[in-house]
Amino acid sequence: MSDIKKPGMSRRGLLKAGAVGGLVAATPSFFIKDAWAQEFRNNPKNSGELKLGFNVPQSGPYADEGADELRAYMLAVKHLNGEGDGGMLNTFKPSMLTGNGVLGKKVTYSTGDTQTKSDAARASAKRMIEKDGVLMVTGGSSSGVAIAVQSLCQEQGIIFMAGLTHSNDTTGKDKRRYGFRHFFNAYMSGAALAPVLNKEYGSDRRAYHLTADYTWGWTQEESIKNSTEALGWETVNTVKTPVGAGDFSQYITPVLNSGADVLILNHYGKDMVNSLSQAVQFGLREKQANGKNFEIVVPLFSRLMAQGAGDAIKGILGTTNWNWSLQDEGSQAFVQSFGAEYGAPPSMAAHTCYVQTLLYANACEMAGTFYPPEVIKQLEGFNFDGMGNGPTLYRAEDHQCFKDVLVVRGNENPSSQFDLLKVVDITPRAQVEYDWTIFGGSLGPYEVKM
Amino acid sequence: MDAIFIQILNGLDKGAAYALIALGLTLVFGTLGIVNFAHGALFMLGAFCAVTFQKLVTLSVKVRDEGITAFVAYKEQPYLETWFGDTGRIIIDYSVPLSIMLAIPFMLLVGYVMERGLIKHFYKRPHAEQILVTFGLAIVIQEIIKAYFGANPIPQPAPEILAGSANVGSWVGLGNNLVYPWWRLIYLCFSGAVIFAVFAFLQFTTYGMVVRAGMRDRETVGILGINIERRFTIVFAIAAVVAGVAGVMYTPILPPDYHLGMEFLVLSFVVVVVGGMGSLGGAVFAGFLLGVVQSFASMNEVKEIFPGIDQIILYLVAVVILLVLPRGLMGRAGVMDD
Repeated sequence: MSDIKKPGMSRRGLLKAGAVGGLVAATPSFFIKDAWAQEFRNNPKNSGELKLGFNVPQSGPYADEGADELRAYMLAVKHLNGEGDGGMLNTFKPSMLTGNGVLGKKVTYSTGDTQTKSDAARASAKRMIEKDGVLMVTGGSSSGVAIAVQSLCQEQGIIFMAGLTHSNDTTGKDKRRYGFRHFFNAYMSGAALAPVLNKEYGSDRRAYHLTADYTWGWTQEESIKNSTEALGWETVNTVKTPVGAGDFSQYITPVLNSGADVLILNHYGKDMVNSLSQAVQFGLREKQANGKNFEIVVPLFSRLMAQGAGDAIKGILGTTNWNWSLQDEGSQAFVQSFGAEYGAPPSMAAHTCYVQTLLYANACEMAGTFYPPEVIKQLEGFNFDGMGNGPTLYRAEDHQCFKDVLVVRGNENPSSQFDLLKVVDITPRAQVEYDWTIFGGSLGPYEVKM
Repeated sequence: MDAIFIQILNGLDKGAAYALIALGLTLVFGTLGIVNFAHGALFMLGAFCAVTFQKLVTLSVKVRDEGITAFVAYKEQPYLETWFGDTGRIIIDYSVPLSIMLAIPFMLLVGYVMERGLIKHFYKRPHAEQILVTFGLAIVIQEIIKAYFGANPIPQPAPEILAGSANVGSWVGLGNNLVYPWWRLIYLCFSGAVIFAVFAFLQFTTYGMVVRAGMRDRETVGILGINIERRFTIVFAIAAVVAGVAGVMYTPILPPDYHLGMEFLVLSFVVVVVGGMGSLGGAVFAGFLLGVVQSFASMNEVKEIFPGIDQIILYLVAVVILLVLPRGLMGRAGVMDD
């Protein structure tokens, strides 16, 4: 027997080396599914299901809008689980969604009632997170609620995909790492509306603002005021009105002799319905001031809410995040799907909620995990298309989506009960973008102590 | 001067609604001794009588919009217009004032059933329990309305001829720029007429005399062989009708939703307390007074000096009046003194 080993590799050595090499090569894919083995809140682990929390106004003045949001969420869950016609799953790109749940788990949900009150919304979100074990919270119809719930979600380490919230503060001074907004904001409304106002009403105008006295109203007033003053308009007065004032007559009558020739209503929902109807009753639309026709502007329009104002909305200019009449492939797929399911077109609130659910699900697929910091990183800076507003960016620095903005006018001659708003202009995304630092705030950390 | 005049009008208009609701509240409290927190819901029910009537007269042929395939979109052509042409159009146009014909019998029935079915069981119970049960009832009524009509406001246009504004400035020599909506002026006159009718009923009819006597001394009236409870049931139903018709006529001013009653309820209780519990005249006077005060507090010139005063002024005035006159402006001794 010779002790001298033959040069080169033995067969056993080759097998060993192969096994080690194979193991090393396979490591990334081997670990990917559980790479983020860190414990995080409501980790579904080996469960075949994951739960999402839909926190919408089911009671209170925005209950109808909340019901529409909930319809959209249920449709999104259906589509994610491979049921129905797939809706925007067929048009969303780039997308890793296949209709097989999310990361192979079936999507389920729990619901909460925000009542459009910050404390009630926080309580229902907390209940869904702590008792129902939801992985993500989404929904709402008010900026006050969105900011309150977003802050809670940051503390809890749960991602919040905001519903309808239009205040600059949501992704400005109150932004959070765990909060994301697909909906547009007051700044964008101002930037989109100004050129149309200039074209329709000229640059020599005197504006009077009536503003809902809370975060959304303040930021909208500021944005619209800045945009119109940049056109050359003069701001005659800005008056804060209590939320839910009902009768606005004592705020409208001073407008009559103020020297203003435009009334800007920074009101939403029931306040908008009441203030607009009453402004029309006081004859403002027939009034002449400074040698011009008096005009009324409602910067944030919602078709669902506009129904309450009846004929008063006819001819009134405003902006909206989305409208069911859009003809792009994504919008049509969603309208078709929603219409077949519920017999009515979706509202802009429903649209944003549906899109937010799909975006979250896709980010999980892209991250290969539900671990929130990794999901957040996938959403930050994500560019996508096919969701109804053209090419869209989820800006990393403030978690605000940037997309085209619609300028609409109350339809003078509607062809159906849903045909209330007519799109008069689609303002390109580039025109509504801004430097994220102007609104201050800071996102906060990715990692949250549990 | 223009601004002051217009704010007086605003205040009277707002006060008219407060006064009408407070009148019914006081009537019920003065006769039955019941603190009725469901009274605002009756105002709202009246408003929804107008909504229901409008829905009935605008029952329509639905003409499908064939251009839309994803869901059923249609334009409506009311049967009344198709069948009766201009007459049908006039009925639809005047649906709000005409709906009073529906509201009066309906509210009488609601008032009667409410009193016999629920309220009478609480006559001798503490006020706290009365408040709880009537507040609960108000929530039940609200939720039923929301389930049927949704949460969004439903527009109720005034008749076309009254949809514009009157040039009130020229009436009082203050120029042509001073306008005020016709419907609000009509509401003001309407509430004046209703208040007068209620006072006349109590003051100049035998029935009213018995009710007033019962308000003073229920036992003695009973000893005289008069079924005062039956009369009080009718008074409760009348109070429901007053709230109901007030609600009907208010719909063109404020598109009604299920929460309408609650918006007025708390303020109306402030009005009742300021006017003096059980005093009908006090309720009416306080209603108009607080309406005018609230309007003036909302003026920009006032808010510049006292920011936010418009939101607290009613409560501030109530506190001051109750400190000076603990029974309210026209309260009677012995009413809720214990």
